[in-house]
Amino acid sequence: MSFEILKRDTNIDFVGMRKYAYVLSAVMLLTGFLSLLVKGGPQYGIDFVGGFNVQVKFSQSVELDKVRMALDSPALPGLVVQDFGEASDHEVLLRASYSEQSATAVREAVAGGLESAFPGVTHEIQRLEMVGPKVGADLREKALEAIFYAVLLIATYISGRFEQKWMVAGLMAAGLASVVYVLDLLNAPTGLSVIVATMAALVLCVVLRLKYALGAIVALIHDVMIPLGIFSLLNKDVDLTIIAALLTIVGYSLNDTIIIYDRIRENIRAKASPSLDVIINRSVNQTMSRTLITAGTTFVAVFALFIFGGGVIHDFALTMLIGVVVGTYSSIFVGAPILAFFKPRIDTEEQPEPAAA
Amino acid sequence: MGSLRWRALLAAFVIFLALIHVLPSIPSIRNSSLGALLPSDEISLGLDLKGGIHLTLGVDVNAALANAITSIGQDLRLEAREKKIPVLRPRLLGTRQLEFTLLKQEQRPELEELLLSRFSTMGITSSEDAGNGQLRYVLTASDDYVKYLEGLTMDQALKTIRNRIDQFGVAEPDIRKQQDNRLIVQLPGLDDPKRAINIIGRTAHLEFKLVDETADVQAAVAGTVPAESELAYLQDKRGAAEVRTPIVLKSEVVLTGEYITDANVQFDSYGQSYVGMNFNTRGARIFEEVTGANIKKRLAIVLDGTVHSAPVIQDRIGGGRASITGQFTTEEAHDLAVVLRAGSLPAPVTILEERSVGPSLGQESIDKGFKAAMIGGLLVVIFMAAYYRRAGMIAAFGIILDIALIMAGLAAFGATLTLPGIAGIILTLGMAVDANVLIYERIREELRRGESVAASIANGFSLATRTIIDSNLTTIIAAVILYQFGTGPVRGFAVTLTLGILASMFTAIFVSRIFFDAWLTRRQPGTQPSI
Repeated sequence: MSFEILKRDTNIDFVGMRKYAYVLSAVMLLTGFLSLLVKGGPQYGIDFVGGFNVQVKFSQSVELDKVRMALDSPALPGLVVQDFGEASDHEVLLRASYSEQSATAVREAVAGGLESAFPGVTHEIQRLEMVGPKVGADLREKALEAIFYAVLLIATYISGRFEQKWMVAGLMAAGLASVVYVLDLLNAPTGLSVIVATMAALVLCVVLRLKYALGAIVALIHDVMIPLGIFSLLNKDVDLTIIAALLTIVGYSLNDTIIIYDRIRENIRAKASPSLDVIINRSVNQTMSRTLITAGTTFVAVFALFIFGGGVIHDFALTMLIGVVVGTYSSIFVGAPILAFFKPRIDTEEQPEPAAA
Repeated sequence: MGSLRWRALLAAFVIFLALIHVLPSIPSIRNSSLGALLPSDEISLGLDLKGGIHLTLGVDVNAALANAITSIGQDLRLEAREKKIPVLRPRLLGTRQLEFTLLKQEQRPELEELLLSRFSTMGITSSEDAGNGQLRYVLTASDDYVKYLEGLTMDQALKTIRNRIDQFGVAEPDIRKQQDNRLIVQLPGLDDPKRAINIIGRTAHLEFKLVDETADVQAAVAGTVPAESELAYLQDKRGAAEVRTPIVLKSEVVLTGEYITDANVQFDSYGQSYVGMNFNTRGARIFEEVTGANIKKRLAIVLDGTVHSAPVIQDRIGGGRASITGQFTTEEAHDLAVVLRAGSLPAPVTILEERSVGPSLGQESIDKGFKAAMIGGLLVVIFMAAYYRRAGMIAAFGIILDIALIMAGLAAFGATLTLPGIAGIILTLGMAVDANVLIYERIREELRRGESVAASIANGFSLATRTIIDSNLTTIIAAVILYQFGTGPVRGFAVTLTLGILASMFTAIFVSRIFFDAWLTRRQPGTQPSI
């Protein structure tokens, strides 16, 4: 028969390994969390805190220190200079904070400073971005709202779809929405609201016994926090496209999780085994080659983007790369085994398959 | 097998539709004779790919409100005077309140009747005894009026900016209102952001005011400005340096830029450029009266609070023409004329966000994105063909079809392709095969369980389809949220991601099934599928 990644009767005891997986996840999460704590939260890009990004292309390579010295100007407070893109492009990215200076002033300060410091080297300002603090605060708010709605909608969808608990899921959504509404009335910062709402979602899932949703939300927090932690360790900026990548990871990782859950549900209905642990293991193993192949092709495609896509999209691609790995890991080692935590009553809880499903 | 033929026809029709929408985006085809037959929609590129400027402007509607209320105060004083009701010192309080004093308390009923009949947009908030038989009033603009004025200001600002950009000559500008009194302006292909911003952001509030010749300028600079007068600065260039000379003006505005019908660049006998303006009939009459009544006095031309010149009026000026001199370069004079022709903004605007991408970077991003897509796509295709053999070829064909469908979707819906959008397409290349993988793995499983080939294929498709829809929905949820909350480039990503997922479901579930079924009808009994 055909070429196969895994042997036909692979049977790895994922549920039995879950303790190790939890330890590994905890270590990764904690490292990232500590880094975030030490650095006072994620290092936000100008999209979220306001400021200037200037991408400059030189006709030949230049020393960053010399650029830094040349651009010591009141129009460029808090200047950070770094290499950008491939070395052969001779590009640097300048970042400055916002203090009421206009983009025109920044443009002139950059052009003037570079011309006098590098005679004979031509440069071109390829990109200049100015985000005022007001717009930055708005974008930050929107990003957090987006993450919140993603949690809300996905948790509702999964509970409804997998457990036919649309009523309960709706109840949870309403509960979450009212929690956020109250926080909004109290003028709580959106960041806090999102954290509280996510915690509330976890508690509600436990209380309402929405075990699939619980697994999905835990996996989701896991998949967002680890790339954020890695970005913090690498001192990379979190901006709008990174949030887009994180949300995509959420979608991607849940995709994996759902495929495994689908199989678990199917095997439970088929009464494949009286033991939930066995069912979970069998389901994960049955879907394993699909999980690996899809992760592989996605990784390859994103890796091409990471290598060849250029500087502007580089960090986005990096986030996706991390996300594909972490998301695949979490579907196998976190999302599925967490169902075992509940030890649901296989024979009583699951109804026969409804015609509509 | 009748249904097979129909399905094949439907798939062919979809492919045909996709092609006629994709082909016009390829330049060599668009310009050929075939191009004339195809629909004209091309994929529009975002500013990050074609270069250009994106601006978010904040319109200071409070300033417009304050102006409106100040002028209500003046109207009130004039109308009350006609009715012999002396009203003193109308004054703006905050942004939406008007304060004034009624000289004679006993005229209260008459005044309040006047307020009710002529100034119903303002409600009386308080009226208190100010001593000497005077009454101090505070009026507040009604919420409806404030809302109306905000809407009006935004509409006017939008119209004025569109006018200016049209006159300046930018192809396909996109200007739209956003919540919180903001305007989004997108100017594709523009490579001189400084000049564009100068034209868009300038209030261009033009006023003519008489110079207060009796005032002591030194005292005014020190802080003692005569009543009904104000301190301003005359801006002049001496060589490269700008010189600002203090000057005292009478506060009364004798004429404003709203009467201008035309403005253009002209040159004096030394070749120095200046801006000539024409007034409409009403403006011309006012100008003639003012100049006639003030011969040998100076008339200051004030643009956005700065005095550009203050020539001495030699004679009564008829015909409705005036000029602004001030040692402009030709470019500056041209831009000023554009701005004056298009009219002033109803309120000052501030630039809250500015993103400009040079055309070279845009092209570079397209090239790199294209290269990454080709390489990524090729690797995925090779893998699929190697792993699933003939079935893998079908999946590879599906991937190519997916890309065509995404492109066609972008063109047909008029969506914008951005750099993150290209990333979305590349991501879809990897994720698109997921649906195929799910189906093929299922078919393999069924075959292994000893099912017949036909049953394995049928079961594989039907069992996997539900899973595919379930699992892809979460990514679509994420994409919809991104579209809802994201800005331009991120929205482009959400669009291509959604289109990609829909396309991959269609090709994997519907199109590739046709190949399998066609093979089933023709296969020799006993042959195993190549999967």
